[in-house]
Amino acid sequence: MGTVPSALKHCLSYQHLLKEQLWIAEPPAAAHPAQEPQASGLPEYIKIVEVGPRDGLQNEKVIVPTDIKIELINQLSKTGLPAIEVTSFVSSKWVPQMADHKEVMRGIERHPGVQYPVLTPNLQGFHSAIAAGATEVSVFGAASESFSKMNINCSIEESIEKFEEVTKSARNMNIPVRGYVSCALGCPYEGNVVPDKVAEVSKRLYSMGCYEISLGDTIGVGTPGSMKKMLEAVMKEIPVSALAVHCHDTYGQALANILTAIQMGVAVVDSSVAGLGGCPYAKGATGNVATEDVIYMLNGLGINTGVNLYAMMEAGNFICTALNKKTNSKVAQASFSTGTIN
Amino acid sequence: LRGLGSLLSPCQVSSAAAATGGYPKRVKVVEVGPRDGLQNEKNVVPTPVKINLINMLSETGLQVIEATSFVSPKWVPQMADHTEVMQGINKLPGISYPVLTPNLKGFQAAVAAGAKEVSIFGAASELFTKKNINCSIEESLERFDEVMKAAREASIPVRGYVSCVLGCPYEGKIAAAKVAEVSKKMYSMGCYEISLGDTIGVGTPGSMKEMLSVVMKDVPVGALAVHCHDTYGQALANILVALQMGVSVVDASVAGLGGCPYAQGASGNVATEDLVYMLNGLGIHTGVDLQKLMDTGTFICNALNRRTNSKVSQASCRL
Repeated sequence: MGTVPSALKHCLSYQHLLKEQLWIAEPPAAAHPAQEPQASGLPEYIKIVEVGPRDGLQNEKVIVPTDIKIELINQLSKTGLPAIEVTSFVSSKWVPQMADHKEVMRGIERHPGVQYPVLTPNLQGFHSAIAAGATEVSVFGAASESFSKMNINCSIEESIEKFEEVTKSARNMNIPVRGYVSCALGCPYEGNVVPDKVAEVSKRLYSMGCYEISLGDTIGVGTPGSMKKMLEAVMKEIPVSALAVHCHDTYGQALANILTAIQMGVAVVDSSVAGLGGCPYAKGATGNVATEDVIYMLNGLGINTGVNLYAMMEAGNFICTALNKKTNSKVAQASFSTGTIN
Repeated sequence: LRGLGSLLSPCQVSSAAAATGGYPKRVKVVEVGPRDGLQNEKNVVPTPVKINLINMLSETGLQVIEATSFVSPKWVPQMADHTEVMQGINKLPGISYPVLTPNLKGFQAAVAAGAKEVSIFGAASELFTKKNINCSIEESLERFDEVMKAAREASIPVRGYVSCVLGCPYEGKIAAAKVAEVSKKMYSMGCYEISLGDTIGVGTPGSMKEMLSVVMKDVPVGALAVHCHDTYGQALANILVALQMGVSVVDASVAGLGGCPYAQGASGNVATEDLVYMLNGLGIHTGVDLQKLMDTGTFICNALNRRTNSKVSQASCRL
C-alpha cells in the first residue's frame, strides 16, 4: 500500500491538480466537448442563486460588520453568479444580523446582469426595500402550520394574506417577487410534511404572482426519495421552469437531493458560499449546502452555470477569514494545502 | 423535535419507492472503517478498541466488515495487530470479515489467523502503482496470481479493489477504458466482486456514469461495488448515480473514518451513517440499524478523540 509520508511528498498538490488538470474544475465547454447534456436529460444551464450574504450570514453567530458584508457581495458579483440574495428588510429586533439592510443595499456595487433580491416579510419591509434601491424581493411561506406559527406567529393562510399585499404592490411597480416554501421535506416541529401541502402552498404563492418558487429543505432531513415524491406533487401544479430547490446539508444529503431535482428538470439551485449558515434547529450541525461543492458537481456533469469556481473559493476564503471560521465547503477544504482557511 | 425520531428508523419509506425509482431493492453495505478508516487515521488505535469496534459493528446488521490488513507493520503500523484482531473478534454467523492480503505471505498469515475472505488491490493508474508499490499495474497483478491460486485451492473468496477509478493524485485524469481493463483482468483472475474506488474523491456523477458505463461492458454490474471518497463532497451524489445504473454494493466507513492521505486535512471515506440514511430514504433495504451504527460511530470517535465526519451523527447530537 505504500507509506503515507512518501505519497504526500511526491504527489501533485491540489492547487496544481486544479490548475493544470482543468478537467476537474473547468466549466463544461472546454472539458467535455463530446458530452451532450441534453441527451443525458439534464438541463444545459443551471441558475445558481447565492444566499450566503442573507440566509448564510443570518444563521451565523458572529455579527458581521457592514463593510465586510458589502465586500463579500462585491466579490460574489465578480464570480459570474446571476443572482445574489443581499439582505433582509426585517425588523432588527428579530434579526440583528440584518439590521444594516439599508446600508448594505446602498453600499454594494450593482453589476449588470446580476440580480440582487432581498427578503421582505411584509408591506412595510417591501417599501423600505424599494426606497433603498431593491429591484427584486422575496417572500417566505412554509408548508407546515407549526413552523409558520413558531417562526412568524401566524398561520400559513395569514402569512399568505400578508404576502399578497407585497405581491400586489410589487406588481404595480414591476418588481419581480420570488416565493420560498420552507419545510418542504420535513419540519422540526411536525416531522413529516405531506407533499400535497407543499404543492398547495407553492401554488398559492405562484398564483399570487411569484415568478419562481424555491422549495426549501429547511432542516436538511430530505433524501432523494422524499425529494422525488415532493417534486412530483408540486410539478402537477407548477411548471418545473418556475421551480428552484434550496437544500440544506444538515444530514449530508444536499448534493444527492439536488442531483435528483435536476434529473427531474429543476434548473435553479440555491446555495451558500463556503456553506455559510448553520442549522438553528440542530446545534452544531451544518445548514446551507456550499456553493463551491454544487458548482464542482455541476461542472462534472457538463452543466453550465457561468460561475468561476476559483473566484467562488476566493470569496469563500475571504468571508471565512473575516468570520474566523473554517469553511463548510469540502471542495475548498480539499483545495487549500493546509486544509484550513485561517 | 419528536418528529425527527421517526425519521431515523430504518426503512421509513415504503419499498414501492425503490421499485418505481429505478433503484435496487437491496444494497449490500461493505463496512471498511476498521481497515481503510483506521489505516488513514493518525492515532494508532489499541487492539481492544479495534476489537470492540468490530464487535459493535457486528451488532448493527452489517453483513460485511473489513477487519484488518495482513501487511507488514513496517508499512502500516496501524495494522500491526492484524493477527490479534482477527483472532479476538466475535465472528457472528452470516457476517463476512474480509482482510487485505497484499501478497502470498499475507494471505497465508491471514488464513492461519482464521480469515475466510480476502481482498487484493489493483489500480487504474500506472504512476499511482509505481509510487505506491514500485512496479507496473501488470506486475502488481502478476504478484496476485499466487494469492488467487492459493485462495482457489482453499475455497477462499477474493474481492478485488481498483484504485483511482475517477482520478489519480499523480496522473490526473484516468481513462475509463483503463479502469475497465484492470477490472476485467481482476475479475477473470477470479475476484468475485470488484470495488471501484474514487481514491481522491474527485469524481462527480458525470465521471462516475461515464466510467461505469464503460466498465459494465466487461464486468457484470452484479459483480461491481463503488468505494467513493467524500473529499470533494461528491460521494453520496456519485453513489446515487451508481445505484441508478444498477450497482448494489457500496463501501463506506463508520463515522467517515479515514482522512485523505493526498490532501492534508481533507476528508476521505464516506460515512456509513450518511449512506444508510440516504438508502433508508430511498426505501432500499440494507438490514442496518442506523441508531446502533451511530452509537458505534460515537464509540470510535471518543476512542480516537476526534469528531465524527458523519453529518447524520452531527445533526442528531443535541449539544
